[in-house]
Amino acid sequence: MNAHAKLGNFDPACGVEIRQERGQRAVFCGLTGIVWLHRKIQDAFFLVVGSRTCAHLIQSAAGVMIFAEPRFATAIIDERDLAGIADMNDELDRVVGRLIERRPEIKLLFLVGSCPSEVIKLDLGRAAQRLSRELSPQVRVLSYSGSGIETTFTQGEDACLASLVPSMPAEAKDAAPSLLVVGALADVVEDQFARIFAELSIAPVRFLPARRAGEMPPVGPNTLALLAQPFLADTARALEERGATRLTAPFPLGAEGTTGWLKAAADAFDVAPARFAAATAAGSRRAEQALAPYRAMLARRRVFFFPDSQLEIPLARFLSRELGAELVEIGTPYLHRGHLADELALLPRGTTIVEGQDLDAQMDRCRAARPDLTVCGLGLANPLEAEGLATKWSIELLFTPIQGYDQAGDLAELFARPLVRRTRLEV
Amino acid sequence: MQLTIWTYEGPPHIGAMRVATAMRGLHYVLHAPQGDTYADLLFTMIERRDARPPVTYTTFQARDLGADTAAIFKNAVEAAYERFRPEAMIVGASCTAELIQDDPGGLAKALALPIPVIPLDLPSYQKKENWGASETFYRLVRTLAVPVKPTAPRETRRPLCNILGPTALGFRHRDDLVEIRSLLGRLGIDMNVVAPLGATPADLGRLGEADFNVVLYPEIARAAGQHLHKTFGQPMVETVPIGVQATIRFVEEVAALAGIDPAPVLDGAPSRLPWYSRSVDSTYLTGKRVFVFGDATHALAAARVASTELGFKIVGLGTYTREFAREIRAEAALHGIEALVTDDYLDVEAAIQASAAELVLGTQMERHIAKRLGLPCAVISAPIHVQDFPARHSPQMGFEGANVLFDTWVHPLMMGLEEHLLGMFREDNEFHADAAPSHLGPGHQPVPPPFAGEGGPRVSEGRERGAPSPERSPPLPPAPQAPSPAEGGGSSSSAQSIWAPDAEKELRKIPFFVRGKARANTERFARERELPLITVETLYDAKAHFGR
Repeated sequence: MNAHAKLGNFDPACGVEIRQERGQRAVFCGLTGIVWLHRKIQDAFFLVVGSRTCAHLIQSAAGVMIFAEPRFATAIIDERDLAGIADMNDELDRVVGRLIERRPEIKLLFLVGSCPSEVIKLDLGRAAQRLSRELSPQVRVLSYSGSGIETTFTQGEDACLASLVPSMPAEAKDAAPSLLVVGALADVVEDQFARIFAELSIAPVRFLPARRAGEMPPVGPNTLALLAQPFLADTARALEERGATRLTAPFPLGAEGTTGWLKAAADAFDVAPARFAAATAAGSRRAEQALAPYRAMLARRRVFFFPDSQLEIPLARFLSRELGAELVEIGTPYLHRGHLADELALLPRGTTIVEGQDLDAQMDRCRAARPDLTVCGLGLANPLEAEGLATKWSIELLFTPIQGYDQAGDLAELFARPLVRRTRLEV
Repeated sequence: MQLTIWTYEGPPHIGAMRVATAMRGLHYVLHAPQGDTYADLLFTMIERRDARPPVTYTTFQARDLGADTAAIFKNAVEAAYERFRPEAMIVGASCTAELIQDDPGGLAKALALPIPVIPLDLPSYQKKENWGASETFYRLVRTLAVPVKPTAPRETRRPLCNILGPTALGFRHRDDLVEIRSLLGRLGIDMNVVAPLGATPADLGRLGEADFNVVLYPEIARAAGQHLHKTFGQPMVETVPIGVQATIRFVEEVAALAGIDPAPVLDGAPSRLPWYSRSVDSTYLTGKRVFVFGDATHALAAARVASTELGFKIVGLGTYTREFAREIRAEAALHGIEALVTDDYLDVEAAIQASAAELVLGTQMERHIAKRLGLPCAVISAPIHVQDFPARHSPQMGFEGANVLFDTWVHPLMMGLEEHLLGMFREDNEFHADAAPSHLGPGHQPVPPPFAGEGGPRVSEGRERGAPSPERSPPLPPAPQAPSPAEGGGSSSSAQSIWAPDAEKELRKIPFFVRGKARANTERFARERELPLITVETLYDAKAHFGR
């Protein structure tokens, strides 16, 4: 699913060693993205069409035993469906009918494909069209795949956002240039960015996904798309197909990344350098102030990243350049060389990036390197801690507002906390 | 196709993982797509295990489907054997790999490894976690347990038994095992093998040496116990020692099988529960309405303990373990109620609401339901939660387990005198109609902690950080507003009565923990008599009518 740009796109001059590895992977599948997406689009509902494993994954991985009813559920395929005793499309219609009856506030329903639904070739695209016709105009139905055979963790968000693009309103051909910020951000971060763009007199600025299903932004040939997340290959391609132009930029993690990211937008809108400096001065000063105490804790600390969310490279760049950490190995599930070109150029020479995973071999390397901090998934964290390695479990980086100037300190703190904790504990 | 929001059990291969992870020297190669590795975190985060489960996943992807997933599986088996050098292996498929029909068992056999390789056939689209654990343990025992020469003649040695059932990720299995070992030890019985928890494949080979088997969790170990009974003639004790009476019965049965005197263990007052229950402060427990839901083992035990050892009234009993529906139905019949056998938590929620329970003994799922309904709750069963692995020793089984049950079930309830004060001074500003019970925290609405930020998975009950808006709650009975239509206890009703304002006001003077019941009873009373208006008189007529 991920656009796999050819190695030739990569400029080896920046001195980063990229290796590819295949083998056992310890990563989430794309269904996991539902955990934050269902909060982001407030009147959307995510119906996974899958197995008990899918339901169990979301429930366990997400840890969202939420007080009220969540806006996601699983239509569990059973043996009657597989044996053909029940017509699966009829069954799906019945389940969706029951759901809509129970949750009349749903405006947008995503049918989310899973490994089983992909393997049995259940056509959820067609089902979505059929159900959309039946339920329109009250409910719009879209589909995307969050299956583990096709998506890794954050690629689920990519697939979800890409599924929204074809139905986004068309922006007039003669419309003034508009900025489209792409990728789910915490509302607080989104609001901060909106204020900075306003100070830069960049308008209109819109966000994908919008907070409500009926408010998805328009797109057209004068749309400038600025990716807020590094894992949006399919979404970017779909936007480009609708005429949008993608701005190249680093990602807004840390002060430097945020400045670079804002600068890409400012340059595209011909914002005067003085104005840019004025609009970003306060934020970057606050970020600098917030980062200072963590620099002492993280400088020269050796950090090892296991592959997880595709955020690894921007995070490693932040740790290395703004906090002085040393990078032992950066694992990443996929490397989109085009979208990450600016980030790769900022990494120190000689950095090792491993794309893909061979879990046992990677754990051996990690043990041998004895890094000061290991960034890894929930399944690996405690076993590595038990071996004496300090770890930061990486899923938190998706559930916490970390982008922008005013979160730079929070982001550094997430990495410093495991180290600080070790100095506190006397047991 | 079944619409599911939360599940009580995982898929069957999770059950197999619970057995494999409990054991030593066993490795599980699971043919599964990328993403199924989430299961590791159940063990490393929820149970806080210090090592990865002994599981190798093939983690195939879409691009592999057109190529050779069978080769990926074979390579994974070989690599796992080379790296981990297990004494035995189990191999199988998760739900997706089941569909591509690569035959893991056959592929692994073709490799002719020099160790036992046991194929597991766990139908993911029919069965669930506990069944998967049971089947896995049974297959292991059937393959590995071999006839052994009798040890020394019975007369010349102490009796010897196996303990079957405890697994990884089991609800208090760790602590139950400590209690049971200690009980059996004090009886003078030696342990041959405890399995699966802590056992090696070689240990399973020695199962036949024991004089008898103790099956602690029938969901997991009954099949294996029955096999051993049939094959080696080993009798099996299947009384689950949860509660004082069940523990006494368990000790007596074990002692009878071992041919020893149970008196040394049973003499005196091995549990504080009986005296605490007879102590006069416990009179307020009398007839408290309790709703019980959980796996079959724990739900059955809870119903018995709650009714006969604490004096509660069972107003609801159910399980998500369909395999044990018969036992649950029989127990429910003893309490004059109909059992609820379902794995749909919405059904359970409706049943709790309809039962007008005053205490819920359930799973983490029911804990959430109870919170929403403002009811006290204690957790008695899996699905497992990080809070179910307390740092302290907290068994459910044995005499100490009975003490734990008394504390954990009674503490969520209001103390007796507090209840009287509330009844006498209903207009006190802390006791008023909308005041939340102090012991349930500040109000029924949970304070959202930062999502997952502090405690790990499945500890957060709140919304994630930056959540845009409060989640809409499902329909609840309307807040009292006079006059309001009566809804007939949640179910649809043809004739609806209207509450007169003064009756509504009087209702609000009734303490919150019985108000729901008073409302439901009054409305039922009015409905049965086709009274269009509920007055203060109706309220007290209904009270007299339903008074216990």
